[in-house]
Order: sequence, then structure tokens, then C-alpha cells
Amino acid sequence: MDLRYSESDEAFRAELRSWLERALPELPSRPSWDDWAGRRRFDTDWQRRLFDAGYAAINWPREYGGRDASPSEQLVFLEETTRARAPYVGVNFVGSLHAGPTIMTEGNDEQKNRYLPEILRGDEVWCQGFSEPGAGSDLAALRTSAVRDGDDYVVNGQKIWCSFAHIADYGELLVRTDPDAPKHRGISWLILPMDTPGIDVRPIDTVLGSSEFCEVFLDDVRVPVANRVGAENDGWRITQVTFAFERGTAFVSELVEARRMAEDLAGLARDPAHRHELGHVVAELDGVWALTKRNVTRAARDGSPGDGALMVKLAYSESRQKLGDLSVRVLDRSALDIDNEFVVERLRTLALTIAAGTSQIQRNIISERLLGLPREQQWTSS
Amino acid sequence: MDFELSADQVALRDGIRSLCEGRFPIKRVRDGFDRAGHAELAEAGVFSLRADGFGVADAAVVFEELGRAVVPGPLVWLYLANGLVDGVVGGLEVARRRPPWMVEHLDVLDTLLVVDDDGVQSVAAGKVAGALPVARPLDPLTPVHRVEQLPAGVPVGDAEVVHRWRLEGAVITAAFLVGAAEACTDLSVAYAKERRQFDRPIGSFQAVKHLLADMLVRAEVARASVHAAACTLDDPDVGDVARAVAGAKVLAGEAAITNGKTATQVHGGMGFTWEVDVHLYLKRAWVLDTVLGSVDEHADAVAATVPE
Repeated sequence: MDLRYSESDEAFRAELRSWLERALPELPSRPSWDDWAGRRRFDTDWQRRLFDAGYAAINWPREYGGRDASPSEQLVFLEETTRARAPYVGVNFVGSLHAGPTIMTEGNDEQKNRYLPEILRGDEVWCQGFSEPGAGSDLAALRTSAVRDGDDYVVNGQKIWCSFAHIADYGELLVRTDPDAPKHRGISWLILPMDTPGIDVRPIDTVLGSSEFCEVFLDDVRVPVANRVGAENDGWRITQVTFAFERGTAFVSELVEARRMAEDLAGLARDPAHRHELGHVVAELDGVWALTKRNVTRAARDGSPGDGALMVKLAYSESRQKLGDLSVRVLDRSALDIDNEFVVERLRTLALTIAAGTSQIQRNIISERLLGLPREQQWTSS
Repeated sequence: MDFELSADQVALRDGIRSLCEGRFPIKRVRDGFDRAGHAELAEAGVFSLRADGFGVADAAVVFEELGRAVVPGPLVWLYLANGLVDGVVGGLEVARRRPPWMVEHLDVLDTLLVVDDDGVQSVAAGKVAGALPVARPLDPLTPVHRVEQLPAGVPVGDAEVVHRWRLEGAVITAAFLVGAAEACTDLSVAYAKERRQFDRPIGSFQAVKHLLADMLVRAEVARASVHAAACTLDDPDVGDVARAVAGAKVLAGEAAITNGKTATQVHGGMGFTWEVDVHLYLKRAWVLDTVLGSVDEHADAVAATVPE
């Protein structure tokens, strides 16, 4: 066991650090967190700067414009961008961490050539269209239908919790293409141009009082069959690929951010009881960070972070909520202002144990896949 | 960066695991620590790891296995004192505590090392007068004597030694606790697969399997944290030693205690019996939380490393 970064990792760190020192002062001022048009502008501008400097989606293969960064270089990237307080991936999240990797793995050449460069440059923003009002944790129960009509699918249904749908150019859309097949076998994965007629996007006001995500109503929306990623009715398997990317990498940057917030909170915490609890939370976040490094080693060896990613998601989301609880107590009555950085965080992180697989679903998966426990009767996870 | 066990560490782990399985099955472990057990562990090189050129990370691998097998004895003190004091050695931390001193394993010891902030004193175990055995020690495998007064000792280590012992000893103890936490998970998972109620294994119920998933994750996070602390002691350039060590003892102590309690719960009424092994793990976890800094003390220590 060895935690020392390699010389080439450290060289990458030095090069990135000096770029960040030059690039960050040139950024426009950050939009407020509920100004979505401004956020799109700001986040895609940052993506473009990363792209021009060769730091966009560094983990992507070179042939798709990435730099084939090793897992440990990705950690270095996250450590340095967080240390420098660089912008977060923001509205580029779905494109660069979700849809992009899925298209890269499962899409055809035409789809790869068409969509990946635009994601990389920040020219196109993606949203997610997976969940439905009747298909949350039981995602495979989704009912949005796609019926073949010539070279198109005609799509009807409703999607919910679609992050960034009101500002996105494309959506990753799960539809039912075979209503008669068992529920996991009749699903397909489509690329949905958000300007297609028949799409009605309605923002949902969240506990933050802003629109983090939307409902999307689909009424006879025509999507070309050419926009299907992978084979017809093979969408559930492809969705698992998407989730593997989400669970494998997406939380690492959040974890780095959480550790920085814990250190920021330390600057405000004076009460010994608060500091005691802060020690607990910092220990937990450090432990999850150590487990992340273990996953990174596995990813470098086997090409996949393995089961450790499931554990990181569960442990991280719960520890971060503890940090949030503590921060509200440390702030005392300063917490009565939602625009306080820690308060907005406390509210936002309520979603961490719900989104991308609730903690309860995570525990089902962990106990069945990692511990080999039997499924509960009349319940199936996949 | 390669944060998996190296091939040598895997071999070390497998060797100690088979030693524990062969020589320290739970039936023997239940008889407690004795000189024969000490001799076998010493022979296997468990206490002389540092002298034999192994690092703290290697020692953590070894002590995790001892924890899985809940091997009794003043193992951490024997590891720390190796090369400094010969024979069967135990330790007693007196800083910020008052008599009566609760001395572990006194009947088997040659030497008791009394550890204070400014140094380590060696006391011949036979010279400890008026020691009253606790009739029913919390952990049946950790016999304890109450001692009102300690004889004068011989200095064998300075504040520097104490500082090093507190770091290295905390990590090694934490590794043992992680092993105990893992063993609790294994015992509980096996029981939940086998025990049937309502015509099905209780491990199929989400109310049970979620407890088990949490046990696994808790132990894995603690294990990564202990390994990170051990690597940081071996190579201080890779992190903040004080923060890493304290965090490891926090997570390992919590993992062992919480998994011990959860294992009791998962075993139902059987978990409350002397016959089932779970209580041996939980009780050892409580004992070890009083050694080389508790969860509470180390939580404060972690916080102290993050600037106000």
C-alpha cells in the first residue's frame, strides 16, 4: 500500500495548478445559484476554457478529445480544482459524466462524432429523462411509450426530476418500446433533442425555492430511430452502464468539495461540542476519501472502481448530511438566511440520499450484490 | 499511488489468517491469553514486525487479522515494546486518569509499562502490591486487576517514545478494531442467511439486510482510513499524520462498537447469550476504546488539526 502520487501525477498537478492560477482570475463573476440562464452561460464558458486548455473531461479517451487521464490524475484534477476554488462541473454534469460516457461506450460512430465533441466543448447541455411519477426507485416500471412510425419513434409520457431540462439542448430519454415484454426487457435509450415539437418543460420548485429540475411532458414527440443508443429493448442494460459511471465517478468531486466545506466550517465552529462533532464528520469524510483512493487503485488495475463505488455513494451522502446538520447549528440564527452558503448546502444535500438511488435502494444492492443476501420476496432490484 | 494490499501484504495477511485459524480458533481464544499463546505469536513474528523490517501498514494488516480472530492479550503493548523490554509486557496509561488503576493481564505479565505524557516507566509485575482481581471483568478474555498504588518504575522511554507509541499504537489498535468489526459482519451475514422466520431467511428482509449493508460499509470505510493512517506514518509526506491517525481510531472504534451492537441485534435472543461469540467482539471493542485514546478523544484530536 502506498499513497504517494507518481512523478507524472505530480507533474500533471504542477502544470494544472499553474494554469488555474492564470485562468481563474479571468473568469466572469459567478451568477447567483437560481439564475439558470446565467448558470448555463457561466458553466459552459468554464467548460470551453477547460477544453481550450486540454482539461475538459480528462478521463475521456484521446480519440474523443479527452487525455486518457489515469484515475489518479483524475483525483489530482479534483484536488487542484477544489483547492483553487475553480467552478464545479455544473450544468455540464449530465453531458460529461452521464450521457457522454454512455454514448462513448454504447453509441455508434455517427452518434459519437455528433455529440461527444459538443459536450466536451460545452456547446451543448444535456439533461436526464429517466424517472417518472410512477417510476422512481422502481425505475424499470417506466411507462413513457415509444411507438415506431417509419423512421421515427412517437413518444408519449411524462418524465420527472429532469435536472437542467429547462436549459438543455438534449436529453437522455428512457422509453418503453415493447409494452408486452417483462419490464426490464422492453426499454430503449434515446437521444431527445429538447427543441422537438410536443415537449413541454415545467420547472419544479424545490425546497430551495428554485428550480433545480423539471417535469417534462411528451405529447406525440417524434424522435428519429437513428437517435436510439444501442439496440431496441436493450435500454435497461445501457442504463446500468450509465449508472455505473454515475456511481463510479460523479460523487468524487462532491466529496472533495465536502471536505473543503468541513474545513471552512471549522473556521466558524467555536463551541467545543460543535468542534467535537466536526472531528467526527471530518474523520468520516477522510475515511470515504481513503476508500475512494482504494477504488481508484482498483479502477487503474481493473478498469472499474468495482463495488467500492456503491459504498462511497452511501457513506458520502450520509456523512455530508451530518456536516450539513452541524453547519446549521454552528451558524445559529445566521442560518435563518437561505442565501448563506452553508444553508443552501444543507437544503441541497437533503437530495443526496434520494437522487441516483436512494440510500435504501443502495443498501438493497449492497446487501444482495456484495453480501449475497437473498432478495425480499415480491421485490426485484433489476 | 497503489492503495491495495501489495503481493507481500496479501501473503502476510494469508499467513497470519491461517495461523489464527489453526492455532487460535475461538474455542482456544475463549480460554484467554497465556504464556503458550504469547510464545506462539512471538514465534510467528507478530511482535517483532518493526525489527524485522516491516512498516506500520504491514503491521496493520497483521493486527486486522488478530482482530478478526479476537485473539486476546496485551498485543499492542508487546508490539510497541519489542526490542525495548523483553518478556511478556503489558501497558497502563496513567495520563489524565486517577487510581484505582485497571491493569490488564497482570497475572501473565513479566513487566508492566506505565505510560505518562513525559515517558515510559518499567515496573516488574511481581512488585505490583495489593492488586485486587476484578471478579467479573467486562471482557472475559481481558482479566483486570484494580491497583491503588504503583511502585516506582525504571524509565525506559522518553516523551518522544510516548509520542511515537501513541500514534503507532493507535493505528495498530484501530486495525485490530477493524478486524473485529469485519468479523461481526461475517458472523451476522452467515446467521441471517441461515436463520429462518416466516418461512424465509431473515437476511431477505430489508429491515435486516440494511443493517448488514451498513455494517459492511462502516467497516470498509474504517479499514481504508486505518490503512491511510498507516501509510501516512510510513511516509509522512503523503498527509497529516495527526489527523489521519486520530481519524482512523475514531472510525475503527465506532465501527467495532456499532457492528458489535448490530451483530447482537441481528442474532436476536441468541445474540444476548454467552454461547454466541458476538459479545466477545463487542466487549473487546469497548476495552480497546479505552486504550491509546477513545473515539471521543480522537474526535477532538481530529478537530484540533483543522484550523479554527
